[in-house]
Amino acid sequence: MTNKPLIAAKGLSVHYALRGKLIGPKPYVGAVENVDIEIAPGSFFGLVGESGSGKTTLGRAMLRAAPISRGDVVFDDGEVAYSLKKLGKKELKDYRKRAQLIFQDPYAALSPRMTVRDIIAEPLEVMGLTRNRAETDARVREIAAKCRLNVEHLRRFPHAFSGGQRQRISIARALVSGPKFIVADESVAALDVSIQADVLNLLKAIQQDMGLTFLFISHDLSVVAHVCDHVAVMYLGRIVETAPTRTLFSGPRHPYTKALLSAIPSLDPDDRGKAQKLEGEIPSPTNPPPGCKFQTRCPVAIDRCRVEEPTLEAAGIEHKVACHRWQELAD
Amino acid sequence: MSRLIDVENLTLQFDTDEGRITAVDNVSFSLEAGEVMGLVGESGSGKSVTAKSLMKLNPGNAVYGPDSKITLHLDDGPVDVLSLKTDREMKIVRGGAISLIFQEPMASFAPAISIGDQMVEQLLIHTNFSKAQAKEVSIEMLDRVGISDPSTRFGQYAFELSGGMRQRAMIAMALSTKPKLLIADEPTTALDVTIQAQVIDLMKDLVSEFGMGIVFITHDLGVIAQTADKVAVMYLGRLVEQGTVRDVIRKPAHPYTRGLLAALPTLDDIDAPLTPIPGDIPSPLERPSGCVYHTRCQEVIGPRCAAQVPAFHNVDADHFAACHLYDPQEGTT
Repeated sequence: MTNKPLIAAKGLSVHYALRGKLIGPKPYVGAVENVDIEIAPGSFFGLVGESGSGKTTLGRAMLRAAPISRGDVVFDDGEVAYSLKKLGKKELKDYRKRAQLIFQDPYAALSPRMTVRDIIAEPLEVMGLTRNRAETDARVREIAAKCRLNVEHLRRFPHAFSGGQRQRISIARALVSGPKFIVADESVAALDVSIQADVLNLLKAIQQDMGLTFLFISHDLSVVAHVCDHVAVMYLGRIVETAPTRTLFSGPRHPYTKALLSAIPSLDPDDRGKAQKLEGEIPSPTNPPPGCKFQTRCPVAIDRCRVEEPTLEAAGIEHKVACHRWQELAD
Repeated sequence: MSRLIDVENLTLQFDTDEGRITAVDNVSFSLEAGEVMGLVGESGSGKSVTAKSLMKLNPGNAVYGPDSKITLHLDDGPVDVLSLKTDREMKIVRGGAISLIFQEPMASFAPAISIGDQMVEQLLIHTNFSKAQAKEVSIEMLDRVGISDPSTRFGQYAFELSGGMRQRAMIAMALSTKPKLLIADEPTTALDVTIQAQVIDLMKDLVSEFGMGIVFITHDLGVIAQTADKVAVMYLGRLVEQGTVRDVIRKPAHPYTRGLLAALPTLDDIDAPLTPIPGDIPSPLERPSGCVYHTRCQEVIGPRCAAQVPAFHNVDADHFAACHLYDPQEGTT
């Protein structure tokens, strides 16, 4: 990438301790292992993978909401530069204003006892961003309008809203502190298709309008293909492939990416049974296989894959892949 | 093929504190043995309630319309499902002739009873097997759905199995009684795409092997395209379109079906804009008059849409849409 990244993970690992033995090294689960990603300002960066791949943990680590065990996350928006590993209490508070999270389930994320106005205003009050109630109200109304909520909505409670409207409220709440970086974790997964398109269009519009940078976490590749400009594919805590969206979808290199793409049910009823099927399931991160983590399910694994773990190597412009055999399988 | 089930004029309302809510409004369809029908719709469209009424599995405040009739054609003659009263009678359909797979496999297994015991229990209720036979059949079914080391899995609990494995166990359990009709309520929605592809394959194999009928409920049109023979689209309790899977997906006739397809992100053209259906699905307490879809429809042809409930019109042979656009009288008057 030519311009300086807004946020970058450098050799980032997130480990969770397991109940240990009394002696010897402490056992742990490597939820995220040695991940390098760079997200340019103003980009809509997609992170895909199956459940258990570590995509949510990576997203949280970039918000300093998961422990950073090794490596670091570097944030630089031009005003401040933070190394998330060494953030002090005051700096962390400031970082919370600059980086926000939109949750998956709009039914669980909103307190049923607060009005929509109070839900959206809460971050402002907690962070002390406004001086008085009038200022808070003005800011809430401004953000609500951007998220296509009207003043009438602000007086009501969340139960009165449909899934799509609730997700717009969650978005407004995330945006109210004026963040630069937003992690959207499966933010449309719980919505119906007709509403999903509406929320995706809203996210895109807001991103362009406010110059935001998104990390968009999703298991749905067709959604990612439509909204993201850059995509990283995760498997068992590792990035296995990363590329600009168009490159990734027109020429996937990693066998896992290929399998994911082909597993999407086609809308053509005559396409049945053509999909390339992936056997088995993602292994448990407490007991990862040796060598390449994908070797247990990979249709093209060779002996080398079972002993040596591949590293990310360049496969094109901004295109990286972690596979021993990508080159010979390319054509 | 022989007729398996007929649903005629099914109307279902719920008595609630806020008044009587119409969940299903005059729905009719039928299914042959060995046929897979996809029932598509968004949340709140009444698709799950419709499927559950095939087993009369709705809560006590459910009120069926007087003209509603569900006939299940079994080997010993037809059964009028809605007239069943006692639990004993109900056993014929519930878990006997009809099995149901729920969306959330974690919630449908009892957490403190082993998978095997749950499978054996329902076999003892619905078949004449001895305990040993039931165990044997259960392990065989687990093996059949691709669970490795089935005799170990038999003794395990739901939390020890992964999501995909739980859904397979659920399918094994639902099929072990050899039902005539399987209702699958969003069976793959909670699964990853790679696991979803495995489960869809498995279900297809089982249909051809056992020759049962399946009502496959989903909101995912891609899954429908890959599994169903025919499709019924529901909106706010009404059927709006019915036809073969090729007709409905390739030549959607009802504006709602077209809207659903336009809102769907596809990989064929990633630059195509996503077109949402404007507005939200109305609350069942405020059902629109006339055509229930007219408040969001982009092809409203006049005041008629808000005033008159559209009848089912032929679009093609075996392809119907409940929309005034296809009324042969429209335009001539």
